[in-house]
Amino acid sequence: MRVDLTVNGRRQYADDVWEGESLLYVLRERMGLPGSKNACEQGECGSCTVRLDGVPVCACLVAAGQAEGREVVTVEGLAQQARDRAGRDAGADDEAAALSPVQRAFVDAGAVQCGFCTPGLLVATDEMLERNPSPSDADIREALSGNLCRCTGYEKILDAVRLAAARRDEGATP
Amino acid sequence: MDFLRPASWEEALAAKAAHPAAVPLAGGTDVMVEINFDHRRPEHLLDLGRLGELRDWTVGERTVRLGACVPYAHIMEHLRGPLPGLALAAHTVASPQIRNRGGVGGNLGTASPAGDAHPALLAAGARVEAESVRGSRLIPIDAFYTGVKRNALAPDELIRAVHIEKAGGPQQFSKVGTRNAMVIAVCAFALALHPRSRTVRTGIGSAAPTPVRARDAEAFLTAALDEGGFWENGATLAPSLVKEFATLASAACAPIDDVRGTAAYRRHAVGVMARRQLGWVWDQYRGARRLEGAA
Repeated sequence: MRVDLTVNGRRQYADDVWEGESLLYVLRERMGLPGSKNACEQGECGSCTVRLDGVPVCACLVAAGQAEGREVVTVEGLAQQARDRAGRDAGADDEAAALSPVQRAFVDAGAVQCGFCTPGLLVATDEMLERNPSPSDADIREALSGNLCRCTGYEKILDAVRLAAARRDEGATP
Repeated sequence: MDFLRPASWEEALAAKAAHPAAVPLAGGTDVMVEINFDHRRPEHLLDLGRLGELRDWTVGERTVRLGACVPYAHIMEHLRGPLPGLALAAHTVASPQIRNRGGVGGNLGTASPAGDAHPALLAAGARVEAESVRGSRLIPIDAFYTGVKRNALAPDELIRAVHIEKAGGPQQFSKVGTRNAMVIAVCAFALALHPRSRTVRTGIGSAAPTPVRARDAEAFLTAALDEGGFWENGATLAPSLVKEFATLASAACAPIDDVRGTAAYRRHAVGVMARRQLGWVWDQYRGARRLEGAA
């Protein structure tokens, strides 16, 4: 079957999608977006986290047909989304805009070891900060409770989220 | 495989009637796992995702009519007042990503003994609105679970909504697992006080082939509260009373040994949860009475 959806702001479609196929498979194998990772395929690890109509979900548990006509944002779209939010029209050569603030914070805090869990954590963190710009540590742990890091880099990940939140606060202060 | 995408409830019922073996797809958090792992290859998937009405709820005078696909995240956020036990249970489901997709209709459809909503539904009191092209009926929650991952639905029926009694008193839910997220219950327990009818109800999860109520424990506590005039005087419950309630709750379990825990552990843990929850709900009840008295 054909599946039509909007991914990172662009209308896209895929043909010959198997009816039992997941959104994750369509994104990775049919749309050339391998940022969302495929690991547990049972919603346990969060490495395939994307936003479906704004809401964080495990792409491995969304049937491709359920995403028909809907809007998906993957890790590949975070930088553009951040630019849209800030109302900036940056060129690709603008280094500051090549990464979203959350991505930049993960780099700066050393929150990336093997990197496999990182895309899911970035999408989940980005969504949490949109909802809750000044999260407590408990809020962060709760929001990221569905994202596993098997390098056990959680301390640095928490640092990165706190850093992203703090920078948001600074940015918001005139 | 066919992917059926009904655009209306009537279309969904017609599709289920035409293909009784079609697997309804709501949040996908159970069904997609089975498909991803090749455990299931249904001929028809029946996507309920286009039916906006299934994501709505109505708070009535005595009950909440909860659409089958209202995600757990919305129950936590919007229905904590009328459905405190279910909201607590919803918060223990997996992770934010899963709670954004999964809902009570799917939990009932799967009817796993470990489903998190079941103990809260049993304790609150609920009826499942099942419908087919033949008509609609309300199945009492006590009659809904018929076996391990089996329920009372006919092959051509779909779950449209669940009618849950609004809380008239304190409710609690807890579950045992290895961490606070991403846990399939080792066992779970829910307790609801119903001051209007002077009764109590319970629900046990993951400690019997189906979700069950601890009926002897309920009958004991209902009688003890009545005889002692506790509803009126709000007195402290004697430790012996609490202990007997816990013992009877434990005895209502018919658990097995499995990878998540032993039968003996489950029995023990259900007793511990029952004891603690009775303490919590009774404190809440007394606190609410004091506030009323002061007002």
